[in-house]
Amino acid sequence: MIKVNGIDIDIGGKSFVGKSIADYLASTNYDCKRIAVEKNGDIVPKAKYAETLLAEGDALEVVSFVGGG
Amino acid sequence: MNSIPSKQQIFDALVEKQGLENVKKLQAATVAVCGLGGLGSNIAISLARAGIGKLILIDFDSVDITNLHRQQYKAFQVGMPKPEALSSNLKEIAPYVELETHFVRMTEENTIPLTASADVVIEAFDKADAKAMLVNTILEQNPNQYLVSGSGMAGFKNANIIQTRRVLKNFYVCGDGVSDVNDGIGLVAPRVMACAAHEALTAVRLICGLIPEQGK
Repeated sequence: MIKVNGIDIDIGGKSFVGKSIADYLASTNYDCKRIAVEKNGDIVPKAKYAETLLAEGDALEVVSFVGGG
Repeated sequence: MNSIPSKQQIFDALVEKQGLENVKKLQAATVAVCGLGGLGSNIAISLARAGIGKLILIDFDSVDITNLHRQQYKAFQVGMPKPEALSSNLKEIAPYVELETHFVRMTEENTIPLTASADVVIEAFDKADAKAMLVNTILEQNPNQYLVSGSGMAGFKNANIIQTRRVLKNFYVCGDGVSDVNDGIGLVAPRVMACAAHEALTAVRLICGLIPEQGK
């Protein structure tokens, strides 16, 4: 099981185990220019989204920023 | 006009309201406020009133007439660089706060040099891309620094959904997380100020050691 923002993303027989963070993000509506991603409590550098692979039990947090200030 | 109170008088008044230990910590602290719009101008004023020792004020923009409805500038300041205009307003409120100003756009290259000396960095931009740039740059290159960001304060919804969330050990995000000004919902001073207050209070609590170290 892999969780993103507390929600299990491995559903319907599909699994992201072994896939990269970039693969996961590509399957979502997240705009990569407007997010910060942490994995198991550490920031994932933007340059490493493609090479960071997801493993069973990983917990991701994706902070998606919205405009206004 | 009356003469302004002395440094000691202002210190004593701060101690009366906030306590000696807190005031000593606040006076020793430096906060970098990145973006001086609806969030940043309100945050800077809150922190200056609370007795912060030094503020680093950073913005590339000048005061526009459409800023006056929510940002802490005066009508005659339209056209002035925001760091200069805000400094002048802060000095009237808190004459002994130390100010460092930078009239510059923050980038991946200059973010760390501009903010490295701060105990707390506050992200107070308006564009989502800029927010993400600042947050990623600080978290990647200076992860031990306290960082407080704001996301989701546009529109006219109830402010009770504006919250402070600890995302990482040293990284906090304030706002409702979803209300995007690009959805055409507008911005209104009290809601932006509610989010600014969350960010400023988080900085104060961090500096005063009032947020437990444990957590993520």
